[in-house]
Order: sequence, then structure tokens, then C-alpha cells
Amino acid sequence: MKCRELADFLMDYVSGELPQESRAHFEFHLSKCKNCHAYLVQYEVTIKAGKIACDEMSDEMGAIPDELVKAVLAARQKT
Amino acid sequence: MASAAPVDNESTLVAQLRAGDEQAFEQVVRLYGGRLLAVARRIVGTEEDARDAVQDAFLNAFKSLDRFEGNAKLSTWLHRIVVNAALMKLRTRKRKPEQSIETLLPGFLEDGHHEERFKSWDEPIDQLMERAENRELVRKQIDALPEGYRTVLVLRDIEGLDTEETANVLGLSVNATKIRLHRARQALRTLLAPHFRSAAS
Repeated sequence: MKCRELADFLMDYVSGELPQESRAHFEFHLSKCKNCHAYLVQYEVTIKAGKIACDEMSDEMGAIPDELVKAVLAARQKT
Repeated sequence: MASAAPVDNESTLVAQLRAGDEQAFEQVVRLYGGRLLAVARRIVGTEEDARDAVQDAFLNAFKSLDRFEGNAKLSTWLHRIVVNAALMKLRTRKRKPEQSIETLLPGFLEDGHHEERFKSWDEPIDQLMERAENRELVRKQIDALPEGYRTVLVLRDIEGLDTEETANVLGLSVNATKIRLHRARQALRTLLAPHFRSAAS
């Protein structure tokens, strides 16, 4: 397996969907190739970072514009 | 910025909403509106559609207050409603031509090796994301992804839809959805790399 193929299989590997045989090739390459190993780690960090940064409980998202508040309240009274 | 600290007494607030208390409606819109707007923007990509989705979501929520169960968090319930409102927007929208993402994908040499030597990101993820500036940075870079890719990444990795649901909403095949998700993650990695790589390596 070449680095190029490893990059193609990354998503299936991370989600545990890579078939056994490809998985063995994947892991063999990974054990020899520091560059692909670094890439895999960063791919996984990227997924987690997105989740954490966009956490629904976060209050860092800024305030709602005043005109939208007014529009929502006005629309509610009409219904 | 309006404070969005957790409401101590959410059940009081819900009771006020159910009683039709005008001030309670305004309080809820101000308290949760900012983050709901951010969620909608990330899914639909345009300010106008995002605002429509937020308005639809609040109206829906206010109409179905009797379906809100006390053991759920109000913010979680509203979040789900705004995601659905945003998905409705996506479903009814004309699809735009796919934008290019090639420049953000890894390049390979003829022999199949990576062109780039990846500098390691040594700082553990939890530590990285403890800093507000990094969380802000990640959100900005997600927003910077080409439209069709950002939407897939947001629905799959952030909102937790499965591949089939995502494919349905976007009118894509399951396979195309998978490819887009993989490319979107790779592109986001590229955008984060200059900020996350270790200074020492």
C-alpha cells in the first residue's frame, strides 16, 4: 500500500469499516511511515476539533441581532 | 453580548412560556438565539436562510411547548428544532455547482508518496481546544470550506446525522456523500495545520 492509497482508506479505517485484509495492509504501512502516521493523527484531531468548537452548549457564538429578535416576536403574535 | 449562562430555573422559564408570558419569549430568543443562528448559518451558509431558519424554529418551538419534556435541556431541544428548520431550507434549495476543493487536498508524488512532510501536532486535542481562540479558529475554518463540503462535514461530524440522512437531505448518493465528507475533513486539516503544528518540529 502506498501513501496515496492510505489517504483514500483513511475514512473507512477511522470508522472501523475497512475490511480485515486492507486493514492489515493499512496498519503495516502505518507502522513504517511516520508521515502517514502524523497525517492520520491530524485527521482524527480535525474531526474532534470541529465537534468541540461547535458544541451546542457553547455561548461563544455571538448575540442574535436585535431586528431578528423583533421579527420573531412579531411573527409569534401573528400566529 | 447577551449572557447565555445556563438558566438556573429552566422549568420556571418553560412554565412562563406555556402561560404565554411575553417577556419569557423575548428572554428565550435573546438567550439562545445567538447560538441557534450560528448553527443555522453553518448548515445553510447564507445569512438570509439562516435567519429564516431561526425564526421558523422559534415559532415551531413556541407552538409545540407542550411537547417539550422537562427532563431535556431547553437548549438541546431548541438546537434540534433549528437543525430541522435548516435542513428544510437545504431541501428546498436549488443545488449550486460544486466548488473546487483540490488545492486543500494532499498532493502526491508519482511514486505515491505524500508531497508534503507533515509536521506533528504535539499538543493534545483537549488542551488545544481548551483555548477559546482555537475554538474560534476552528469554527472560522469550517465556515471557510467550500459550500457543498462544509454542509456535509457539519451534518455528519457536528450534527451527527448518518451518511444516508445526509445524502437524502442534500440529494446526493451515499457514495458521493462519503467522498465529500472525506475531502472536507482533509481540507479542514489543511486549513488547521499552520495553526496547530508544533513550533519545535
